Amino acid sequence: MSDPMRIRAQAQGDKTTVRVLVGHEMESGQRRDAAGKTVPAWFIQSISATWNGKPVMSAQWGPAVSKNPFMQFSFKGAKAGDKVIVTWIDNRGEKRTDEAVIT
Amino acid sequence: MERRDFLHRSGATAVAIAAATGLPAAHAQGAPGWNKAAFESKNLAEAAKAMGATSAPIESKDLVLQAPEIAENGNVVRIGAQSNIANTTQIAFVVEKNPSALAAMFDVPAGTDTNVSTNIKMGQSSNVYALAKAGDKYYYAVKEVKVTLGGCGG
Repeated sequence: MSDPMRIRAQAQGDKTTVRVLVGHEMESGQRRDAAGKTVPAWFIQSISATWNGKPVMSAQWGPAVSKNPFMQFSFKGAKAGDKVIVTWIDNRGEKRTDEAVIT
Repeated sequence: MERRDFLHRSGATAVAIAAATGLPAAHAQGAPGWNKAAFESKNLAEAAKAMGATSAPIESKDLVLQAPEIAENGNVVRIGAQSNIANTTQIAFVVEKNPSALAAMFDVPAGTDTNVSTNIKMGQSSNVYALAKAGDKYYYAVKEVKVTLGGCGG
C-alpha cells in the first residue's frame, strides 16, 4: 500500500491554492542498485484533482519527476469546507486517491 | 482472511518477479491515456510535436519559467511556470539533457490558474524549457539550470 498523500488546500478569497506531496519512489529506470542491476522504472504516470466533481488539474508525469513528488496549483470558485480529491495512477497500474478539506 | 492474504502475497510476488526480470507485470496497464511518445521525446521540438504541435514553438516573454540558476541537488529541482498567454490549456516542462526530456505535462482546465510548479530530477546541467499550449499554438521559455550533483542515478 502506498503512503497517503499530504494535501494542503487553502482558500484566500476566490482562489484556492493546493499543494500536494505524494509518497512514491518515482524510479526513473536509470538507477542501478548496489549489486549493479538496473532498478526498473516505477513512477506515477497520471495524477488528477477534482473539486465538487469538477476536474481542477490533471497531469501526465514521466520518470523525471522527483521521488516523493510535489505539485502546486490554484483554482477559482471553491470555499473553505469544500473538498479536493487527488488521484494518481502509476506505470504498474497501481492507484491511490486521497482527499483534503479546503481550509 | 488467510486465503485472501495468500493470494495477495502471491500476486505481489508475481509482480515483483516480473518487475525484477524487466518484464512488465501481466496485469499492470499503466495509466490510461499516458502519452508514451511524448515521454520518449528527446528535445523540445519532439515533445511539442508529440503533444500535437504542427509548427515549432515560439519563445514568449508571457510565459514565465521559475527555475533556479544553480540546483544543489539534481534529484529535487523545484520548477514552475506561469503563463500569461490567453487560452493556455497545457503547460509542460522539458529538460534537454535528461534521458527522458519531457518531465511533466499539466492540463489546465478552465477556472484553474495557468501557474503550476513541481519537483523534477535533472541528470546534469541543462536547459530547462517551459512549454505552453494556448489555442493551437505552442510557446516556450527557457532557462539554463546548472546542477552540482546529478539526479538521474549517476
